[in-house]
Amino acid sequence: MIEVRFHGRGGQGVVIASEVLANAAFREGFEVASFPYFGVERRGAPVTAYARFDRKPIRLRSSIYEPDYVVVLDSSLMKGVDLVDGLKKGGTVLFNYPDGRAFPSLMPEYRYFTLDATSIAAEHRIGSKVAPIVNTAIMGGFARVCDEVSLESMLESIRDKAPVKKEENMAAAMEAYDRTKEVTS
Amino acid sequence: MRKVMTGNYASAYGAKAARAEVVAAYPITPQTSIVEKLAEFVSSGEMNAKFISVESEHSAMAACVSASIAGARTYTATSSHGLTLMHEVLMWASSARLPIVITNVSRAMAPPWSVWADHMDSVAQRDTGWMQFFCESNQEVLDTIIMAYKVGESKDIMLPSMIIEDAFILSHTSEPVDVPEQPLVDAFLPKYDPEAKLEIGSPKGFGSLVKPDQYMEFRYKAMQAMESSRKRILEVEQEFERAFGRSYGGLLDEYRCEDAETVVVVAGSAAGTVREVVDSLRVKGLPVGMARLRAFRPFPREEVRSLAKKVRGIAVMDRSYTFGAAGAFYTEVCGSLYPLAERPVVKDYIVGLGGRDITPRVIENIFMDIIEASDRGESAEPEWVDVEGLGRRWR
Repeated sequence: MIEVRFHGRGGQGVVIASEVLANAAFREGFEVASFPYFGVERRGAPVTAYARFDRKPIRLRSSIYEPDYVVVLDSSLMKGVDLVDGLKKGGTVLFNYPDGRAFPSLMPEYRYFTLDATSIAAEHRIGSKVAPIVNTAIMGGFARVCDEVSLESMLESIRDKAPVKKEENMAAAMEAYDRTKEVTS
Repeated sequence: MRKVMTGNYASAYGAKAARAEVVAAYPITPQTSIVEKLAEFVSSGEMNAKFISVESEHSAMAACVSASIAGARTYTATSSHGLTLMHEVLMWASSARLPIVITNVSRAMAPPWSVWADHMDSVAQRDTGWMQFFCESNQEVLDTIIMAYKVGESKDIMLPSMIIEDAFILSHTSEPVDVPEQPLVDAFLPKYDPEAKLEIGSPKGFGSLVKPDQYMEFRYKAMQAMESSRKRILEVEQEFERAFGRSYGGLLDEYRCEDAETVVVVAGSAAGTVREVVDSLRVKGLPVGMARLRAFRPFPREEVRSLAKKVRGIAVMDRSYTFGAAGAFYTEVCGSLYPLAERPVVKDYIVGLGGRDITPRVIENIFMDIIEASDRGESAEPEWVDVEGLGRRWR
């Protein structure tokens, strides 16, 4: 079973990101479950969501404490939230992180990838300039770092889930796929 | 076709597949997306139903009662404080013998304020005369709505049903759900056609005053109907399995109980996690099993007795607590077992209130505890699991 935890802020589409992943993994033939940790979702407040996928039916109904992947939609969460809490040794962190800014210290037991999802979402006019909705871009990046889910399935899932601007969201995900890079120390 | 959807959407698709003709509802977290989806189905014309917006849950159930008396297949959904506000009219619906179906997204009662999973709201309605079905998966939610109409609308039953979907753990979890094909559902569930209904041109009285010489007979008939539902629930489930290839274990869904020495009795979504733990403990050689209370009303007392004859210990997991007594599932299990000459050790575990996570580790520890209690051969007071300050580590 593969388990993923998403961190972001209310308004960035964190919960939808987890649903986009579940839907994409389902297209790959996996059994899936995605669920939010429902705080009382206010715009700007930290939000956590989860997804798990497996080749056999998922019966587990408890939360995820030791994910294989952590996806961070908002780099400002680095202050105040233990983003890698419980992440499995050898696990992967995917960060929405501005291009050209130095990435802070790395923990040797994890792999780190970044992509500038905020700029990509803004360029594709998804959400507003001040508050772009970064979830579809970051999921393009996820298809890059996770071998089990192809970009094609992710794009199809985005087409299903995006309520408006389907093409723009898919284009953002494709661009994000290309612009995702591993951080090396 | 299998689609990935939340428990709330599964509820909405269930009501649509059952061709509910009237939906009257008031939104409340975490039920809201059921009502939103149904409103969308009605406004787009995908669902041929009357959607009645009301100003409270009390009015929602009152509107459902009226629509159902007029002969419409009727659906609503609510949660927690919404359900308890309906309490008075829930009593009316069952004694008026109206086969309404409700989804209750089971959530904690305040204060302190909580929107998370807890069975107190549902359990508090156990005496309202409704059939109550606790679901383990989104698929079961959808399927049970369809089955509940068929059971409830049977001529010798005519009772309403409450489909219980755990807050967030099902309501907001997206997972694959097979939406049955409409012609198959239509063949399984014919149009609702009550023997008596409110009609212009054919005046009848409903819910009139009866004197003491008649009241008990009405109660007696409702009792008979609820007793008959035991058999009917099983028949309808068999029929459902033939048509759709899925079934859920009747009133008490047993998992690996054939040769089990100790079992957990549980209701709702936590059953899935218990199955995982049963499998992992079986690998370690421990003869354990699970029995899921799928129906709480009618209570599967015969099934619980048969289970008790096979095992040494029963751990009952209650996601609610009745102050001054114990967990409701525990008291019902114990009550069912009293007529037996020999009874296993039964212990109550209060878990997961207000959405506290019921992890595999917690369940493993419950199994270890009930195995020890069975060895000692003595029952004990209800155990509050994973509560700060009690000193014992459960997770």
